[in-house]
Amino acid sequence: MLRGIAALLLFQLIGESLVFLTKLPLPGPVIGLVLLFIALQIGRRAGYAPFPQVEGAANSLLANLGLLFVPAGVGVVSLWGVMQAHAGAIGLVLVLSAAVTLAATVWTFIAARRFFDKKWGA
Amino acid sequence: MRSPVDLWVYLSTSPLIWLTLTVCTWIAAVELSVRLKRHPLLNPVMISILFLSLVMTLFHIPYERFFAGAQFVHFLLGPATVAIAVPLYLQWHEVKRVLAPIGVALLVGSVVAVVSVIVLGTLVGLPHDVMVSFLPKSATAGVAMAISSSLGGNPSLTAVLVILTGIIGALIVTPLMNRMGIRDYAARGFAVGLTSHGIGTARAYEVDKTAGLFAGIAMALNAIATSLIVPLAAHLLLGS
Repeated sequence: MLRGIAALLLFQLIGESLVFLTKLPLPGPVIGLVLLFIALQIGRRAGYAPFPQVEGAANSLLANLGLLFVPAGVGVVSLWGVMQAHAGAIGLVLVLSAAVTLAATVWTFIAARRFFDKKWGA
Repeated sequence: MRSPVDLWVYLSTSPLIWLTLTVCTWIAAVELSVRLKRHPLLNPVMISILFLSLVMTLFHIPYERFFAGAQFVHFLLGPATVAIAVPLYLQWHEVKRVLAPIGVALLVGSVVAVVSVIVLGTLVGLPHDVMVSFLPKSATAGVAMAISSSLGGNPSLTAVLVILTGIIGALIVTPLMNRMGIRDYAARGFAVGLTSHGIGTARAYEVDKTAGLFAGIAMALNAIATSLIVPLAAHLLLGS
């Protein structure tokens, strides 16, 4: 478990360092995500697990992902004015944007699957 | 002997009480949500935020003092984002089989998620700073908040918009997909994971296992895609 946490922290550190050095417009943890994924894939090809405990650590963090949003979410108390002043507009954008995104994604997925199945005869 | 009032004065200034309260509130909120059959409206994140906000307001606790304790939980958002690599790695064989549709749907979906906010937000007249905080709302909270603050948005506002997007997507996905006549559960799951990150993924797992798997994949990929698209869209379309 501890080694798994260490691996996650290490990859975040590498990600943050790369972002700092290269001024990439990406969050450091996202770079860490990509690098850890690549490291795990290379490990699989090479036939051994580079971070045997990372699975357990990742699962326990992701199982309670919601908890990690709470501290920032409580900050909305200080934003009550902004939220109230634009409540109608914010609500409308939230609902319509979610509906449009859902529909566009599902249609594209199905259309692309049909297209590629036909092309490759799968 | 000191009085209970002294104890309260002592505790309320220490980070320990706010950290403990945050974790215990979360556990109670999850328990409540499970008992009520995980109804999407009773999202544990939302319940926890509402309850803690109420406590802060009632006892006149400044947010900074609360955050001094809660920051230890907040800090884990970074490692949790890195951790998304693990399910993506474990499910990669599923991704590989439908790599092309996933890639196209990811591109279209993540662009629509961001551009629709700019179009709709302009129509209803959202102020510029609210709009910037709004853009990454379909990405998982840790990533969305990092994007928001790097563009000068407000991470707290982003966190709330992310959570609300999660709840709304989880609420409307099933009726919307049924009305659209879509029975491909991989596609349905992918759409809700892309739109509504972890909250959508949790909902997808309740409906169908394949849907849950593809929702998780979409959430991981959209965390990456959103962090690429939002700065670009903000630069091109909002001029920031």
